Amino acid sequence: MGGLWGKRERLAMLLLLLLALVAPFLVYPVFLMKGLCFALFASAFNLLLGYSGLLSFGHAMFFGFAAYVTAHMGKVWGVNPEWAILGGVVTAAALGLLTGWLAIRRTGIYFAMVTLAFAQMMYFVAIQAPFTHGEDGIQGVPRGRLFGFIDLGESLTLYYFVLLVFVASLWFLNRVVQSPFGQVLKAIRDNEQRAISLGYAVNRFKLLAFVLSAAFSGLAGSMKCQVFQLASLADVHWHSSGEVVLMTLLGGIGSLMGPAVGAFLVVSIENYFAEAGAWVTIIQGGIFVFCVLLFRAGIIGTLSQWLKGLYSGVGKA
Amino acid sequence: MIFGVPLQALLGQLLLGLINGAFYAMLSLGLALIFGLLNIINFTHGALYMAGAFAAWLVLTYLGIGYWGALLLAPLAVGLFGMLLERFLLSRLYKLDHLYGLLLTFGLALVIEGGFRQLYGVSGMPYPVPKELQGGWNLGVMYLPIYRGWVVVVSASVCLGTWLLVEKTKLGSYLRAATENRALVQAFGINVPMMVTLTFGFGVALAALAGVLAAPIYSVNPLMGSNLIIVVFAVVVIGGMGSMGGAIITSFALGLVEGLTKLLYPEAASTIIFLVMAVLLLVKPAGLFGKER
Amino acid sequence: MMIRKTILGTVLSVLIFGPVHAEIANHKVKIGVLTDMSGPYSDLAGQGSVMAAQMAIEDFGGKVNGWPVELVSADHQSKADIASAIARKWYENEEVDAIADLVTTAAARAVREVAKEKGKVDLDSGPGSLPLTNDWCSATGFHWTYDNYATAGGTATAVIKQGGTSWFFLTADYAFGHDLQAQAERVVKANGGSVLGSVRHPFPSSDFSSFLLQAQSSGAKIIGLANAGNDTINAIKQANEFGITKNGQSIAGLLVFITDVHSLGLETAKGMLLTTGFYWDFDEGTRAFAKRFGARMNGKMPTMVQAGVYSSVSHYLKAVQQANTTEGIRVADKMREIPINDFFAKNGKIRADGRMVHDMYLAEVKAPAESKGPWDYYKILRTIPGDEAFRPLSESTCPLVKK
Repeated sequence: MGGLWGKRERLAMLLLLLLALVAPFLVYPVFLMKGLCFALFASAFNLLLGYSGLLSFGHAMFFGFAAYVTAHMGKVWGVNPEWAILGGVVTAAALGLLTGWLAIRRTGIYFAMVTLAFAQMMYFVAIQAPFTHGEDGIQGVPRGRLFGFIDLGESLTLYYFVLLVFVASLWFLNRVVQSPFGQVLKAIRDNEQRAISLGYAVNRFKLLAFVLSAAFSGLAGSMKCQVFQLASLADVHWHSSGEVVLMTLLGGIGSLMGPAVGAFLVVSIENYFAEAGAWVTIIQGGIFVFCVLLFRAGIIGTLSQWLKGLYSGVGKA
Repeated sequence: MIFGVPLQALLGQLLLGLINGAFYAMLSLGLALIFGLLNIINFTHGALYMAGAFAAWLVLTYLGIGYWGALLLAPLAVGLFGMLLERFLLSRLYKLDHLYGLLLTFGLALVIEGGFRQLYGVSGMPYPVPKELQGGWNLGVMYLPIYRGWVVVVSASVCLGTWLLVEKTKLGSYLRAATENRALVQAFGINVPMMVTLTFGFGVALAALAGVLAAPIYSVNPLMGSNLIIVVFAVVVIGGMGSMGGAIITSFALGLVEGLTKLLYPEAASTIIFLVMAVLLLVKPAGLFGKER
Repeated sequence: MMIRKTILGTVLSVLIFGPVHAEIANHKVKIGVLTDMSGPYSDLAGQGSVMAAQMAIEDFGGKVNGWPVELVSADHQSKADIASAIARKWYENEEVDAIADLVTTAAARAVREVAKEKGKVDLDSGPGSLPLTNDWCSATGFHWTYDNYATAGGTATAVIKQGGTSWFFLTADYAFGHDLQAQAERVVKANGGSVLGSVRHPFPSSDFSSFLLQAQSSGAKIIGLANAGNDTINAIKQANEFGITKNGQSIAGLLVFITDVHSLGLETAKGMLLTTGFYWDFDEGTRAFAKRFGARMNGKMPTMVQAGVYSSVSHYLKAVQQANTTEGIRVADKMREIPINDFFAKNGKIRADGRMVHDMYLAEVKAPAESKGPWDYYKILRTIPGDEAFRPLSESTCPLVKK
């Protein structure tokens, strides 16, 4: 990748963007938007897992709580969507700062468990706090008018808004990864001891990555709330934390588009197999097993290896 | 009066806490054993616990084999199934990050639970308390069903037996050595893959045994294990990953803490363990009895 | 490499999502059953609800005024966002005219919001929360089978009349559990009873021994279970185990379905009082339906939710026939106009707030010796007239109710 492919990469991105622009005329927009929200969530998660090597098992708290805050601000305080979303993101970032500050002292499985523990506590808060309305959640949140004059009630308008936020976020996350900061993160991931001996304040880098990841997860949650006009317990539950791990792994860790593709895949299984009734979870489970056994590099990783082989005439699967 | 609660009630609650701890102990013991040797976080543990309870119900319903037979048959069947899983699926992942093991077993758990749900629905099956263990004792502080006392006795003996097996026998010493350094043990001519398979089978058989013990108390339903798994997992982490003694002690201690919470702040009963875990991991990184890897 | 990745991603997403169904203005009636097919409520609703809807359509001849009637179904996994997304897709893109069942309140609420916005009909049979006919009510939304006021209130009234004057509640720490407890407390207090205490347990819980011990030491005559499904089953099972029922305390389940009793077994559940909107072995009509239902569902008998789905769907079709349109508001008006008379409801009527008022039944669970076989579980002690069972319209906070 990198500079060599610069031009063609940009061309491909442009093509993809064009497709995304016409997509709502081909595909049901609400599903696209849901896919985009989870794609953003998975990409934010990937910043932490793929580029910092930290597996969090508690990202649902950022995703879910941002949604609650956005819903509350939009519905009860009646503020414009941009402020409600900002409120969600700030909440997630603050929560990320607090939990991250404690969690980054641990690594590996212990890091995962500390984040899980915090997420479970936040789940408890979500059940107890009156403003979240228990399992009914906050529903009937108005989509509102962006900046006071853009009516997000229109599905198409909302779609382009979500797309814009997604593209901008992905661009930003990509810049972060490519920046010197991102290089240091990768160095820490690959060899923490060496990074320390090179004089990097390792914990500060990890914490910043954690907060960024939390903030963008929060953004994803807030956008989801904007799309579905509700915030519910399901988003704070540990299953959501697990789901984002699955999305990222299915798509491919540490690639730009991988998590997004994984997210779209999981969301479509959930929605399109919904009519298959009780078989959904069996199918879902089967796909995970299949992917772990055969597609470990993730879909994007495996396919690109395969294509590469095809191009160079080796044709190795 | 302690914490504004009559001493009598407090004692009763603590006793109940210990009983719940006995369930956690059998589940976490297997999980810790598996993690120690296979380095795999076995997410199917909850599903196989459920499968154990269902196996008991199935042999009763279709073969007329009662509780005592099930106590033997269910762990055996589930243990065999576990060995097949290990041999054909998990064994492909040992060289990889344990993340993949987690993902694979998570997927398998979905399939197993989904399959049982598809076949038997979700509202659960009745399973009677065996005749010999019906009734109860009045302990003064509370009425203790004989069956609950039995659960504690079985769990304590199984835990003790397993601990002795691993710590005091030759087989156990191979096992511990293999946990430390597989290649070396293999070089000594010990069939490590076979040992790994057997350990996995034994670990999940413990889960199934817990399932049989649970069948007369809880409703036998396909979802009974899905919420238990992260709690048991937390127990193992608190005890120190891979430490069997740690898992057992933590299980009973957690049962007590949970019992107290149910009395003082019941809403938080299922959250308290995570609070304990967060605080403990921040203070003592490798858990109570573990060593950091 | 990047290009290939992006192209692949694109191709993949198109493959996954497929093209949109084109909007065609044709004459047909389409009904969706949106329910829990994999979670804790899949036995009391789930496939059985889909079957009930299908039977309602077949019994109507599969056609209304010459328009074919179609049925779709999906699993909302008890998640509000999935329910909302499917409802939106159905109403907007797939010409679904009415959505039925909607078990669990969070999902029903989410669909209600979408239905209100689109002016389409929703027929809630599965959920129990009162706000569906109060703060969240809509001109095209109907609440069919039961609600917490009717089940908790009905049971509490009966229990207190039998002398169960002091209560202790085991409540699922959830909006739904709190509401059930509040409905029962209202009745207990109005009838001069007392509430000695309550404990809120996490949802879901499997071990209730500790909570039951607290209930026992309170000395209350009645332990009210303000929870549902597996929580209720486990609590009753363990109350038996700890000898609580033998020592003079009784259990009152505030929301019990026949599937719960089936799972408990009569030995454990016998003597329990409960309020239900439907019992299959009530009269000729219910037995005839149950027999046909059972023949197609492996011998299972319909729950009140499933029977309610049948009733609501067939009433909807009748209204479509008479209004000669599928346009939401006009069908809804017609539904309010005509009374409901089928095996499920005798002279049922729909109020302005969307509540379908019909008789409820107070039932006692039979002892094993009284039961003639599987599913022969209830003795109906009393028919609770609809106007007494459901919350009076004058107390409704629904904005559609003219005061």
